[in-house]
Amino acid sequence: MSVRKPLPHDAAPLHVTGAARYVDDIPVPANCLHLAFGLSEHAAGTLTDLDVSEARSAPGVVQVWRPRDLPGPCDCSPSNHDEPLLSGKHIQYLGQPVFLVAATSHLAARKAARLGRMTVTPRPALLTIDDALAADSRFEDGPRIWEKGNAAKAIDSAPHVLDGVIEMGGQEHFYLEGQACLVLPQDNGDMVVHGSTQHPTEIQHKVAEALGLPMHSVRVETRRMGGGFGGKESQGNALAVACAVAAHATGRPAKMRYDRDDDMMITGKRHDFRIAYRVGFDDEGRLLGVDFTQYARCGWAQDLSIPVADRAMLHADNAYLLDNVRIESHRLKTNTQSATAYRGFGGPQGMLGIERVLDHVAHAVGRDPLEVRQANYYADAPVDRLDTRGPSAPSRSPEGISGPKKHGVGEAELAEDMASRGAASVVPAGPIPDQGPGQTTPYGQRVEDFLLNEMTEALATSCDYAARRAAVQAWNDANPVLKKGIALTPVKFGISFTLTHLNQAGALVHVYQDGSIALNHGGTEMGQGLFQKVAQVAAQMMGVSMEAVRITATDTSKVPNTSATAASSGSDLNGMAVRAACAQIRRRMAVHLAELFENAPEHVVFDDGLVTVGGHELSFAEAAKLCYEGRVSLSSTGFYKTPEITWDRMKGQGRPFYYFAYGVSCSEVVLDTLTGENRILRTDILHDCGASLNPAIDLGQIEGGFVQGAGWLTTEELVWDAQGRLRTHAPSTYKIPACSDRPDIFNVALFHRRNPEDTIYRSKAVGEPPFMHGISVLMALSDAVATCGTGYPMLDAPATPERLLAAVQRVRDGV
Amino acid sequence: MDITFLLNGESVELRDVDPTTTLLDWLREDRGLTGTKEGCNEGDCGACTVMVSGADGAKALNACILFLPQLHGRAVRTVEGLQGPRREMHPVQQAMVDHHGSQCGFCTPGFVMSMAVAHLNGETAHDDALAGNLCRCTGYAPIVRAAQAAANSPVPDWLKRDLDFPGQHADPSAGQGPHHAPETADELAELYARHPEATLVAGATDVGLWVTKQLRDLPEVIFLNRCRDLQRIEDTEQGLRIGAGVSIETLRSRMGDHPSYREMLRRYGSTQVRNAATIGGNIANGSPIGDNPPVLIALGATLHLRYRETRREMPIEAFFLDYGKQDRHPGEFVEAVTIPHQPDRLKVYKLSKRFDQDISAVCGAFNLTIEDGMVSAARIAFGGMAGIPKRATHVENALIGRRWEEPALEAAWDAWAQDFQPMSDMRASAAYRLTAARNMLTRYLLEDLGGSTSVLEVTP
Repeated sequence: MSVRKPLPHDAAPLHVTGAARYVDDIPVPANCLHLAFGLSEHAAGTLTDLDVSEARSAPGVVQVWRPRDLPGPCDCSPSNHDEPLLSGKHIQYLGQPVFLVAATSHLAARKAARLGRMTVTPRPALLTIDDALAADSRFEDGPRIWEKGNAAKAIDSAPHVLDGVIEMGGQEHFYLEGQACLVLPQDNGDMVVHGSTQHPTEIQHKVAEALGLPMHSVRVETRRMGGGFGGKESQGNALAVACAVAAHATGRPAKMRYDRDDDMMITGKRHDFRIAYRVGFDDEGRLLGVDFTQYARCGWAQDLSIPVADRAMLHADNAYLLDNVRIESHRLKTNTQSATAYRGFGGPQGMLGIERVLDHVAHAVGRDPLEVRQANYYADAPVDRLDTRGPSAPSRSPEGISGPKKHGVGEAELAEDMASRGAASVVPAGPIPDQGPGQTTPYGQRVEDFLLNEMTEALATSCDYAARRAAVQAWNDANPVLKKGIALTPVKFGISFTLTHLNQAGALVHVYQDGSIALNHGGTEMGQGLFQKVAQVAAQMMGVSMEAVRITATDTSKVPNTSATAASSGSDLNGMAVRAACAQIRRRMAVHLAELFENAPEHVVFDDGLVTVGGHELSFAEAAKLCYEGRVSLSSTGFYKTPEITWDRMKGQGRPFYYFAYGVSCSEVVLDTLTGENRILRTDILHDCGASLNPAIDLGQIEGGFVQGAGWLTTEELVWDAQGRLRTHAPSTYKIPACSDRPDIFNVALFHRRNPEDTIYRSKAVGEPPFMHGISVLMALSDAVATCGTGYPMLDAPATPERLLAAVQRVRDGV
Repeated sequence: MDITFLLNGESVELRDVDPTTTLLDWLREDRGLTGTKEGCNEGDCGACTVMVSGADGAKALNACILFLPQLHGRAVRTVEGLQGPRREMHPVQQAMVDHHGSQCGFCTPGFVMSMAVAHLNGETAHDDALAGNLCRCTGYAPIVRAAQAAANSPVPDWLKRDLDFPGQHADPSAGQGPHHAPETADELAELYARHPEATLVAGATDVGLWVTKQLRDLPEVIFLNRCRDLQRIEDTEQGLRIGAGVSIETLRSRMGDHPSYREMLRRYGSTQVRNAATIGGNIANGSPIGDNPPVLIALGATLHLRYRETRREMPIEAFFLDYGKQDRHPGEFVEAVTIPHQPDRLKVYKLSKRFDQDISAVCGAFNLTIEDGMVSAARIAFGGMAGIPKRATHVENALIGRRWEEPALEAAWDAWAQDFQPMSDMRASAAYRLTAARNMLTRYLLEDLGGSTSVLEVTP
């Protein structure tokens, strides 16, 4: 078995020796140009004059482009065609690219990029949610509203009602490798692009569009990224288009990489949100009705904000069955960086909204928040639905598992990027099928695979929750200054792109005559171990060792029309596509070998590097050679589309998710009530990866996701000043967790349960869901603050020492 | 300037180097060694960490803010040179593979180098050794597991050879240009008097950013790192005299008498930054948020300035005149600082969003003498509360002569606002700074009463 093994990352030996090559490490021809953007110093206004003469005459500068020097608008938007490569007359945010410099070195380009003279007539910038609301500055015509039951009525008739607001900050991705791109011009005007991108097809599309080329003239290759986290889904477009423009104009290769400060000033981040809530509940804290108003600060361009805000709505229930719920979502346009995809894609924000509600309600009824959470959970799936057997190979061939085609995708408009999550939604042709009886989400999807009752019991037992809750209480009674807090919170995260047609993937597998296998698929490697997981699938399917399988760089000329490696979908989609391709080749080989050895194809077994046919035993290499000589095609594409999903985002109805991934985490913290300083003492996590393809890689996603999620809610604070200048634009001022910030005790376990849906070897997606375990840290801090008095902490995020100290004061004042 | 150093075991001689070329750029762009990564270009992420060895042992340093002339006569090892002659992996490399310590891999070379240096030096406080290396993927747990697993493996022979690199074939003062690398404080004094416009570069943890971020050209540079006599710590009658060139890491190792100072220095910058940064630099640049000055003020330290053969001394607080303005004449430099011997009553409270490698929002240093339950003397100073590192004289006066009990805190309440009108910025608001400063005095009292007040000392 290759799947299920805890193998190291395929590139680990290259990583540790410095031999793993990233975009900026690729040797370039001597005449390569290096690019840099000149950035706006104003957040909003009219550019009346742009003088780049000084930049043009600076040492090493080869060419400078103002907007009018470009071949066209060179749009970089993944959605709404509202992101020209360079700002024209209308300055939209401080840090917006205004002109482009190409020079003979990176340093020369950076120096010249500071020499532009911009004359701007400033206008008042809309920087905050309140600014945007006051100006009614928004994307889409008005708020999206989804409702299940009658929230207002249920709240009004409830025994208790509370309302409140939580503000949660955005988050810088802080991928360690900044944005980078290299474009090599080819003959016939073609372009080869090496991009650090999660979405090669979109880069291909945007470059082709900018230069007026068909997509077949642009080839995008991505071997690996030094981290992505959503920040390289659309934010690499500008670099690729800029390099392509420069390469096209000069005939020279062009490379661009953002200096870290530029990267943080230019690119989008996680959306900050304000979520206001009104909730009705009974004496036990059971929610009778909830009304959420979500405000997302989207920045200057639409980018992926619509599906991000949708996903926040889709996670407003998290793990809780809500009979009466109304969710209203505002997508606000501001003069700041255009917020973009970030691990969880709005899900964490929506989820934090309801977790705050549960915490607030528990405080009001004076019960342990865990009890109140459990009292509101969905019911677990019946045992007969969950296959509790150990992992095994799938029973059906992968070709047969895609569901029937539910609806067609209409002819895309010329410039519509159908491979982007920002594409306009394709509304299903027919009505959304009735989801049937049973517990449903606020958007009508049946919750049939719920695990959290069992998982919560298991974690509460293994982490000794009850005894530690009592110990925390005892500590707090004895310590006037340092207060402890503990919280156990659940995660239920929906898996699938909500834009249904993106749930497809392709693969290309070659078997060579020496038995070695080259593997390609549409997913990109950003550190998450996708390539290794998919290679494990291929090795499993062909019955060979991992050494026989070579993973090759993602390449739009090998697999076309790929979706972004995003939405945690990488292994689910590409693993299935690779399996389909392998199955095809294996079948052809089996037919030929069966004929050769006068046996039946179904008796040909591929296992352990051997192919056995009746009594004959061949090495896989011998088998491949025989098949080659027998003129059998040893190359195949594979294709997969997720079955059974259907979604109408305007109505907020359907089954957007193929399944849910679950997890629970318990964090204990200590807080200094004199300064607000705090630490995570211990975190226990139990997380559902289905039948894991690679437990070591999954564990890494969970540990890393948790720490990143905890960072979002504690130390990572984005601060803009009154002029709209991001003041935290480097690691000196923006603080992601450091080594010592991980919990002192950190226990992570996988919950081994096969996915009831027929996913790749019954595994589950793992990229995003663990991020939201960080919520347990914020809730534990809130718990610690709450011990200081009678008031409710109303703790906003990130819970910096300053916010915590203010919350301590509020609680003491009994506010 | 002409320089010689050892790179991955091979001698390198460079002629006429631009003195502000960083090691990172040279490695990647000139030498084609791309294993060392640029993550932030300001010494905060550690992706560019290299091992630099000399007479004082092996150290981890950030190559992005390390100028080539600083390497003269030293041995540099990059990730490409960490494997053995037969490409066998260093134990920390193998452990990183075995324990799944890399995901995207971009920070990994830097981590591996920090780990290799710690391994060589027998350092097992992994959180401290790795505080200057940021990883966004793993959550650090597997990296620490790898460091622990490798701890008992022997140091590979091929790394030990760096420590006895003998040769310095070139003379950095030879080549053309107005750049200098004096060998003694006397030479420096003469040079600087003749070139008072020159930029003094000690560890380059600050000046490095002038070059990499502000893109400034430095027309004239004097490198201080070869002045060994500035790097001495001497026990004198007046106290502990610390040469301006003493690195923060060396200072930390000598602060056993003041454990709270030592603990603050553990959180100062990162291992890489502490290895480069000097006490003289932290004082001379006059930053209002440097962490050493408030401590030195609270300890009653004396600053030693020198112009040619003219030396003068002053209480260190007198050096800081105003924001960006110090009492230093052209051509005059900080030669040393002396901490007087005293019973340890010092507590230093460094407050920041993140514990490790973060610039303080507020750094408070408290040194109160209590006799018969009364405050008989007080020295309190802060960073981050004013345009300069500043003494809290009103607060001190409000406390002196009072019983060291809770009412004393109330008596000093209004004095805080007389001493400080802090500003709001991305690190903290003015109100929080003032509240936290007041509460630090409360913490100091509670500590005297035996209370538990540090979250860093709480175990799960």
